[in-house]
Order: sequence, then C-alpha cells, then structure tokens
Amino acid sequence: MQELMKNRAIELLSAGEVDRVVGWKKGEFAYDCTPAIFTDANDLRDNFVYDDFTAPNLSKYLVAECKKGGKMAVFLKPCDTYSFNQLQKEHRIKRELIHVIGIECNGKADVDKIKARGVDGITGITSEGANFVVETIYGNETMPKYEVMAERCLTCKSKKHMVYDELIGETGDVNPDCGRFDMVAKLEAMTPDERFAFWRGELSRCIRCNACRNVCPACTCEQCVFDNPNSGIQQKVAVTSFEENMFHIIRAYHVAGRCTDCGECSRVCPQSIPLHLLNRKFIKDMNELYGEYQAGEDTTSRAPLTNYNMDDCEPSIVHERGGKA
Amino acid sequence: MKKIALSKLNDFFAAIAAEEKLYLPVDGEKGTDYKLWSEGVTYSRALNTNRSAKDFFFPQTENIVDFKREGKTIEVIDTRTEAEDFVVFGVRACDARSFGILDKVFLADPVDSFYASRRAHGTIVTMACTRPAETCFCGAFGIDMTAPEGDISCWIAEDALWLSANTEKGEALLNKVASLTEEGDTAAVDAQKAAVKEIAKKLPLQNLPTDAFKGDVLLEKFNSAKWPELSKACLGCGTCTFVCPTCQCYDVFDFDTGHGVKRARCWDSCMYSDFTKMAHGNSRNSQVERFRQRFMHKLVYFPMNNGGEFGCVGCGRCLSKCPINMNIVKVMKSLGGDAE
Ligand code: SF4
Ligand code: SF4
Ligand code: SF4
Ligand code: SF4
Ligand code: SF4
Repeated sequence: MQELMKNRAIELLSAGEVDRVVGWKKGEFAYDCTPAIFTDANDLRDNFVYDDFTAPNLSKYLVAECKKGGKMAVFLKPCDTYSFNQLQKEHRIKRELIHVIGIECNGKADVDKIKARGVDGITGITSEGANFVVETIYGNETMPKYEVMAERCLTCKSKKHMVYDELIGETGDVNPDCGRFDMVAKLEAMTPDERFAFWRGELSRCIRCNACRNVCPACTCEQCVFDNPNSGIQQKVAVTSFEENMFHIIRAYHVAGRCTDCGECSRVCPQSIPLHLLNRKFIKDMNELYGEYQAGEDTTSRAPLTNYNMDDCEPSIVHERGGKA
Repeated sequence: MKKIALSKLNDFFAAIAAEEKLYLPVDGEKGTDYKLWSEGVTYSRALNTNRSAKDFFFPQTENIVDFKREGKTIEVIDTRTEAEDFVVFGVRACDARSFGILDKVFLADPVDSFYASRRAHGTIVTMACTRPAETCFCGAFGIDMTAPEGDISCWIAEDALWLSANTEKGEALLNKVASLTEEGDTAAVDAQKAAVKEIAKKLPLQNLPTDAFKGDVLLEKFNSAKWPELSKACLGCGTCTFVCPTCQCYDVFDFDTGHGVKRARCWDSCMYSDFTKMAHGNSRNSQVERFRQRFMHKLVYFPMNNGGEFGCVGCGRCLSKCPINMNIVKVMKSLGGDAE
C-alpha cells in the first residue's frame, strides 16, 4: 500500500496535477507519524508513511489548505471520507481543489494498548500477518493485531468510501452490525446515579487541553466560544468542578448531527476519556427519534436537528413516555 | 543507606500517612496517577504518571484573592490557606529535576508565596527507574535515572526498598519511620544502578545531543527556516504544555460574582491563541510563532536566563501525548543541524 500511495503521489506532483499532497510523515518511533503537506517528490520518497499506525484523519487540514488555493491531493481512509463530505456540506472546503485518493484501511493499531501490555522500550514494530512483532530493548513480543487495535477500528462503521476520485486498494461495505452503540446501550441501562458516577469519573480527568476540540473536523468555527475571553468562560480552566463536564456536553450538542463518529476526539485525548460515547449517545438518540441518519454519508441531506418534518417527534414527550418514541 | 523489606512497604506507608498526607502513583483503569494513600491503596511501579508531580506545587487552577464590595468599600480577602505538610512518594528522576526548574521561576524575586508555601510543606521521595521507555531522554539533560534527586531517594532492589536522605527534610521523615528501617550496605543498589545504566545505553534518545542549543544561538534558532514546516500540523491544543512538568505559564483572571470579584489563576499554554494577549492585542498571531515560543523557551530562553540549564527534563510525556506526534525531540533533531 505505502509504495503504491507514495508512487501515485509522486506521479501527481511531478505531472503538475496537484501542487501538494496531504499525507503522513514518518515519526521518531516505529509507531508515530505526523500529518504533513508534501510539496516535494524527494520528501515524499524519503518520509511518506502509511502503515498500521497512520491514524490521524487528514480531512480537517484541508480547511486551512483550501484557503491557500492551488490543487491538492489527499489520502482518506473510509472513516475520513465521512468527515470530508461533512466539511463539504458545511462549505468549509472547496471540492474542486481537492483530488481525493480513497485508501483501503484494515484498522489502525493503538500504541497505548501495546504499552498497556507492559511493553516498553520499543525500538521496532513489524507486521507479520495477523500479528505484530514488537521489538524492544527488553526483548521481542508478539501479539495479535486485533488485541491492540484502536477502539474506533474495532467498531468500524464502514469500510466503504463515501467519496473518492480514485482508489488505492479496495473499498468495502458499510457495517450496520459493527456494535458501536453497544457501550452506549450499557450506559443507558445504568441507573441515573451510576451513569452520573461513570461520567464524573471519566470527565473529571479532563485537563482542558482542547485537543479533542482542535482535532475535530466538525469543530471548524473561526473562533470557538471557549476561546473568546469576552464570553465570560475560560477555555483552559474549569471554574467549578462541574465545568469540564459542561464543556463536553456543550461540544457534544454543537456537533450533534454533524459528528460523523470519526473517533479522532477519543484518539487524541491525553487522558484517555471515551468522548466517542457522548457523541454516539447523540447519534443513537437521533437515529431512534428521527430515523437513521449518518453524518457525512452525502453532501446534501439535512441533518435531523436542522430539518423539520410534520411528523417529527417531540423529545420532551418521548422523555415523558420513558424514552420510547 | 536504610532499607525496609518490601513485605513491610504497607507499614511504611501507614507510618508516614499517620503523620501527614501521603500521595503516591496508583494504577487506574486509564494509566497511573498520584492518589492519596489510605489503607488498601497499592503503590504502582509503572514507569511514570499521566500527569506530572508538578500539580502538587503548581495546581492547574487556584483562587488567589477575593474582593467583596459593600456600598463604597471594597474588602480584599486573602483566600490562602496555609498548606499542610505532605509527602509525595515515587517521583521519577525527570520530574524531580522539574522542581528545580520551577523553583528558578517561582522562588526568584518576587517569590510566589503560593508555590513557596507548598514547596516548604512538601517532602519529595523519589524512586530510581529500572525499566525506562523509548520516550525517555532524561540523560540528554544530565539527569541520572538511577540516582533521582529529592529529599529522599529510593530504590527497589532485591526484596527491599532502599532509602537515602539527601536533605534535612528527608532526614526528618526517615527519623519518623526509624523503627521500620534497618541499615543496609549499598551493594544491591549499586548492582541495580550498573544494570540500568546498561539498559539506558540501548535507548534511542538518552544521548540526544544538546550542544546545538548552547551558547549564543538565540537569533540563529529564532530565525530558522524550519519552524513553519515543524509546526505545520500542530493543532494548537495545549496537550504538550499541560502534561509537561516544567511548563510554568499561567493566566490570571477575574470573575464577577455579582457582589464582588474572584481572582484566580490557571495554567496557560503558549500554544493557545489568547496567550499573552494584552490591551493592544496579541504578540504572536500565528501558530508558527506560538509553536516556536514553546521550544525556544525550553531550549534557548530558559537556559540563557538560568546558567545554561535547559527547561526540559526529558520525561517524554509530550512525545507520547501529542495528537500529531510533533515534539521537542523532533525540534531538537531538526534544528540541531542548523548550527555553523
Ligand atoms: S466529535 Fe469526535 S467523532 Fe465526532 S467528528 Fe468530532 S472528532 Fe470526530
Ligand atoms: S482532549 Fe481530553 S483532556 Fe483534552 S480537553 Fe478533550 S477531553 Fe479534556
Ligand atoms: S505540538 Fe502537539 S500537543 Fe502541542 S499544541 Fe501542537 S498538536 Fe498540541
Ligand atoms: S518538554 Fe516534553 S519531554 Fe520535556 S519536560 Fe516537557 S513534557 Fe517532558
Ligand atoms: S525520563 Fe528518565 S527519569 Fe523520567 S521516567 Fe524516563 S527513565 Fe525515568
């Protein structure tokens, strides 16, 4: 895959079809990469990477890149194509400037899961069929890939690309049985007190670094309300011990119907807070109340919360009926 | 050197906790963090905590003063509560060095009395590392992972905890638990130190060169053409600054309570768009400038003002936590090549 992608990128760049390529650059270790904008074929040749760890969703970088004009190519995994569509729907990117290369994805590994097995001092990781062989200064460890796969990839909603101009590798199918709402259902089954305790436990670890917001392709406001000192709220500090909870609830409301469930927020959180569960609760509720809807599936449909139908349910009535539509 | 059999570790913690609050690393579902010790809490030997030990002395938020208005008078209320004595156990060598860096900022004139009070009341007990990770580069800054600083340095070797007091505060604490300890020779600890030093040699970043950042390099590094490329993918989140044991910037802000004002401070991040925003506006308007600030501060400004001491201790937290894996090591490697 990596070589095919690299060669295609070099080809596009050399032929002048695009003047830059949005991809990933090799990192310091065997498992890290940095999103990069390549303008030079040699740079691509030496540093481009696509492997089991190239997890970052590149679509949000297109917002800034589109402002600069010029043609660009971007590599998108199936989940990233949902973000791309959503950004297009919201007029945040210019479709005509972007050549979308859909790429096959078999799931990404989460190095934190590797480290959680007590594997440290990692000097190399090789992929051998269904296993990783992790070389460390303390010896080699072999582990099945699926055991260290990122949470969002274990419950991948779709291997199908929602948009592409060309494909490298295969495109797959939407998987309605991915089980991504299982944990939400578990939370729903808890008593309100248990659920409150669960979320307090998770969210009280938040350090308000804003990584979840800054990485989110649905968070593209020019100035976030939390960054506006005149709004009376601080973006970097919780004034009361409940405020970080409010920050997340407000953000979840703001991205409701626009969140594609790309999973970037949970991936980047340095405190390992399962933010995706908040968003999935909203998605599940909207599916149940207004009918199935998947943000980013297309570029034209109206989202449940920005649409109005005569037969829309009233969530307050639903609430009174004990949650049944 | 004193020693305590590991089987008596719990008694040791109980003896300290009977005197003052004791915090130590504890495994949670999502990694390790400092927790208050009480009966039943188990000390974690994980390499390091998610959040650094900086929190004990420089918390993320604190109230500094209240103003209360009644008619035409304004009452100024000192909200400070005198810190109680406390012990932090299990601090690693990198984090232990960070206190020295923070001291240079907060204990310099004018002394930050909030920080100073916590420092005066806190006793730091450190723990030597035996299983360093690839992200560890303490060695690059001359920190010896096998001989951590602090009021008391500890090693867990063979079946015992070995303790050596470095300060009066440390001696005082050891005296309080004297009934539990016995004298031991240093052979087991020496053997461990030698073994861990061999391990450290295999780590990729322990000998990261820092020479390129020594001497009169300010303008050369500041004007390097590499900053735009390095910072291009940066999200401008505050992760790297908030997990960092040496990041020291804070913001002071006022809240209108309706009948007065609460003045508080919180950690700030040079990666944020409102960092050092003043009446005239902001002095760093692009992410390139903000990104450059973070690394110039650690690698050039801080050493220039502090006798050559770098503002990074190589704990590696920013390496493992940055959402896009851009970090001080990559900056050092990239800019290191700028010299000459
Ligand atoms: S809220 Fe999280 S899952 Fe949803 S679009 Fe934003 S980053 Fe992706
Ligand atoms: S990324 Fe995690 S720690 Fe940072 S603000 Fe979001 S939830 Fe909080
Ligand atoms: S360097 Fe990384 S952690 Fe720091 S602000 Fe940029 S993206 Fe966030
Ligand atoms: S800059 Fe990074 S490695 Fe250095 S002390 Fe801060 S968090 Fe640790
Ligand atoms: S950076 Fe050094 S002192 Fe800190 S945890 Fe790693 S090995 Fe130990």
